[in-house]
Amino acid sequence: MAKFRKKKSGGQQAINTASLPDIVFMLLFFFMVSTTMKEVDLNVIVKPAQATELVKLEKKELVTFIYVGVPAKKYQSLYGSEPRIQLNDQFSTVADIQSYIAQSRDNMSEANQSKMIVSIKADKECPMGIITDIKQALRKAAALKLNYSAAEMVADR
Amino acid sequence: MGKREVQEVNAGSMADIAFLLLIFFLVTTTMDTDTGLATLLPPPVEEEPEDTPPVKERNVFTVLINSQNQLLVEGKPMEIRDLTEAVKEFIVNPMDDENLPEKNVREVEFFGTVEIGKGIISLQNDRDTEYQTYLMVQNEMSRAINELREDLSKRKFGKSYDELEKEEQKAVRTIYPRKISEAEPKNIGGN
Repeated sequence: MAKFRKKKSGGQQAINTASLPDIVFMLLFFFMVSTTMKEVDLNVIVKPAQATELVKLEKKELVTFIYVGVPAKKYQSLYGSEPRIQLNDQFSTVADIQSYIAQSRDNMSEANQSKMIVSIKADKECPMGIITDIKQALRKAAALKLNYSAAEMVADR
Repeated sequence: MGKREVQEVNAGSMADIAFLLLIFFLVTTTMDTDTGLATLLPPPVEEEPEDTPPVKERNVFTVLINSQNQLLVEGKPMEIRDLTEAVKEFIVNPMDDENLPEKNVREVEFFGTVEIGKGIISLQNDRDTEYQTYLMVQNEMSRAINELREDLSKRKFGKSYDELEKEEQKAVRTIYPRKISEAEPKNIGGN
């Protein structure tokens, strides 16, 4: 018995956990700041094209995205394997673009409406035909500021 | 024996360390910003105006991309990597070549009277051109124009174009405008 007691008293002290909240808060802040919220799930496969003369899209609230690419595997039985347009969460056609642009323009504040930028995120192997159609539709919708989304070119030319 | 107690670690500075780490991460993380090539689409035209003066052949730099992703520049095949130089030469026209664009003399702030080329780049692609190729061509043209602007601001102001004041940037932009016209879509070769 005596031996037992002695061992207990000489055992390790509990670790002070007073700073644990700080660490947790730190992690929390870190993740809060660094995560960019994903607004839409991509239903199309987009392998980004590459370029060098890139401009940053800084003001997120001005940007409206249009995704173009081959439908993801699980949608291919339904939508085929030709490149499709995705607006918000759904597969769409070129005819839907005008109303989509009008809708996202309505969601912006009035001061921002004229500064609206449309970003086309298209797969790099996608044929230009569909992009040209989108461009024509955008012209009709009077959304003239266009940004071809691309990643920084990795290897030197 | 066993009298020595384990000393309690002073945790008072833990919060400081935590904040230090927090600030470190805040500073070093680059947020995932979207990047891309910025362009401006021409406004929609309802009807082709009848009396548009025709643009002279020498003022137009035609770039065609076919469905095989090949380039035809001014009637000759060309590799993408040679495009930047060709575009630059076309815009600047250093030797006043007869086949390269004419120049307008204009008054520009900071620069005085300058000759500004009348050149227009005309880009046409096939419906089956790959998006990547099209972007590369756009990219090379932007690169040519950006390099010219950069060059000019270095020479004139001794500063990079990005560091210039708004007015100065505008002047540089007036001298090297971004004039890329995209023709209405057509099927060039194939299909």
